[in-house]
Amino acid sequence: MNSEILFFMLSGMIVIFSILTVTSRRILRAAVYLLFVLVSTAGLYFMLNYNFLAAVQLTVYAGGIIVLIIFSILLTSHISERAEMAGRFQGLMSALATVAGAALTLITILKYSFPEKSVTEMPSDVKNIGRALVSYNENGYALPFEVVSILLLAAMIGAIIVARKENMAAKGNKK
Amino acid sequence: MAFNIYDFTTFTKSIHDGLSSQLSPTAVLAIEWTIVGLAYLLFVALFGLFLVYAERKVCAAFQQRLGPMRVGPWGLLQTIADFIKLLMKELITPKNADKFLYNLAPFIVIIVSFLVISVIPFAPGLVTFDFDIGIFFVTAVSSVGVIGILLAGWSSNNKYSLIGAMRSGAQIVSYELSVGLSLITMIILAGTMQISGIVEGQRDLWFIFKGHVPAVIAFFVFVIAGTAETNRGPFDLAEAESELTAGFHTEYSGIKFAFFFLAEYINLFIVAAMATTVFLGGWMPLHFGDFEGFNQIMDLIPGLFWFFFKVLAVMFLMMWFKWTFPRLRVDQILNLEWKYLLPINLFNILLMAAVVLFGLHF
Repeated sequence: MNSEILFFMLSGMIVIFSILTVTSRRILRAAVYLLFVLVSTAGLYFMLNYNFLAAVQLTVYAGGIIVLIIFSILLTSHISERAEMAGRFQGLMSALATVAGAALTLITILKYSFPEKSVTEMPSDVKNIGRALVSYNENGYALPFEVVSILLLAAMIGAIIVARKENMAAKGNKK
Repeated sequence: MAFNIYDFTTFTKSIHDGLSSQLSPTAVLAIEWTIVGLAYLLFVALFGLFLVYAERKVCAAFQQRLGPMRVGPWGLLQTIADFIKLLMKELITPKNADKFLYNLAPFIVIIVSFLVISVIPFAPGLVTFDFDIGIFFVTAVSSVGVIGILLAGWSSNNKYSLIGAMRSGAQIVSYELSVGLSLITMIILAGTMQISGIVEGQRDLWFIFKGHVPAVIAFFVFVIAGTAETNRGPFDLAEAESELTAGFHTEYSGIKFAFFFLAEYINLFIVAAMATTVFLGGWMPLHFGDFEGFNQIMDLIPGLFWFFFKVLAVMFLMMWFKWTFPRLRVDQILNLEWKYLLPINLFNILLMAAVVLFGLHF
């Protein structure tokens, strides 16, 4: 009963703030609404007693990505800026896309029978997390871990190159 | 009610049982939430006032002054008078500010501080949450706090605030890394992220002694990075008063300013409490392996006093930093983190892993 109230509160927050995120004309407000959506999602994970994923959600999305978004907004936009309203064609197209997406999700959820699975509970302590992260067995994450590492490294090198290039060109101009 | 200063488990349990015998589970839950919330509010308010007073006195001592002396004996009522003054001040909102975000920012900062404080064990049985991911929860939640500062700076529509917020953001995001990595170093030694488990693991010896060289390095890195993360001097260039008037909270007044101010002091407490819990044994008395007689004498002092004694000692150390070192420039701060602390930290994790692997710790 209690957890049901909590679930409806959290999912209500997710729905309301998701709508606000896409309808707000002030870009920083949209980012903050998105923050609320992500934090509420973390709340759902906490409700499921999946503390590790909830903390990851907070660190990566709330503490990482949202901070990054806010940073770039702070650097690029002024407080008086308002986003332009979408044109009629764009509005129609996005409405179509939204309806199609919602229909697809609904059909999938309604068709799936949600069989009760008996999963052995695994405490999310340091040992289990560490083993899962670097093991290459069935439930191991070694491959995704390495792929993500390479992707991040490539992105980092790319960012440095992009930032450097202009610098060198500016120097060349001075000569 | 069974009240025992050494162990609060029986005390909290007796409250729970007393309520459960009278009311339905939902009502018990609601009442307990209220009690816990009020207890934290009271603690934070009183401890915040005490910290402001302590900081002024410590600062005065370093500068060979007396500090506040007029209001009450030794100026003890000074911060209370200041607080009443802050409560009565007008709340000013700049004309072209983004009102929603401007009013939201102080709450984000203070809510994050309250969330982190909830996992800190003050004494045996005196803790609200004891997650299996305790330490990770602390780093995860505290990484959200910077958003409040960024929002405050941007929504004030003031150049000084914006510059202060950008500086603070760059600084906190960088130093979070060092805080997290130095905590990971200690998790390797502890073998668990659960805070009760970490405190329990220090029953025979505190981790800073148990892990000797890598633990001491991690402790220093943690205290430096923690000071930077709380925006305190010598890393306080987010609110460098000689350049930016007051940085990100320039435009705030009254109780909203007090929220930022209070959050800064709670964060100071949190860093000191985390240092205490992870490195100095939390509420665990000073024990040395098999010296039974010595250990029993130390057990006579309750855990609550041990905890606050250690926390105040770490806080004094951080205040000492603040009033001794001059403020760093922004490039110096980022150099310190990325070129020194981070490599030291990564090397230190390897060292700690080797120490634990080969059983070289005490």
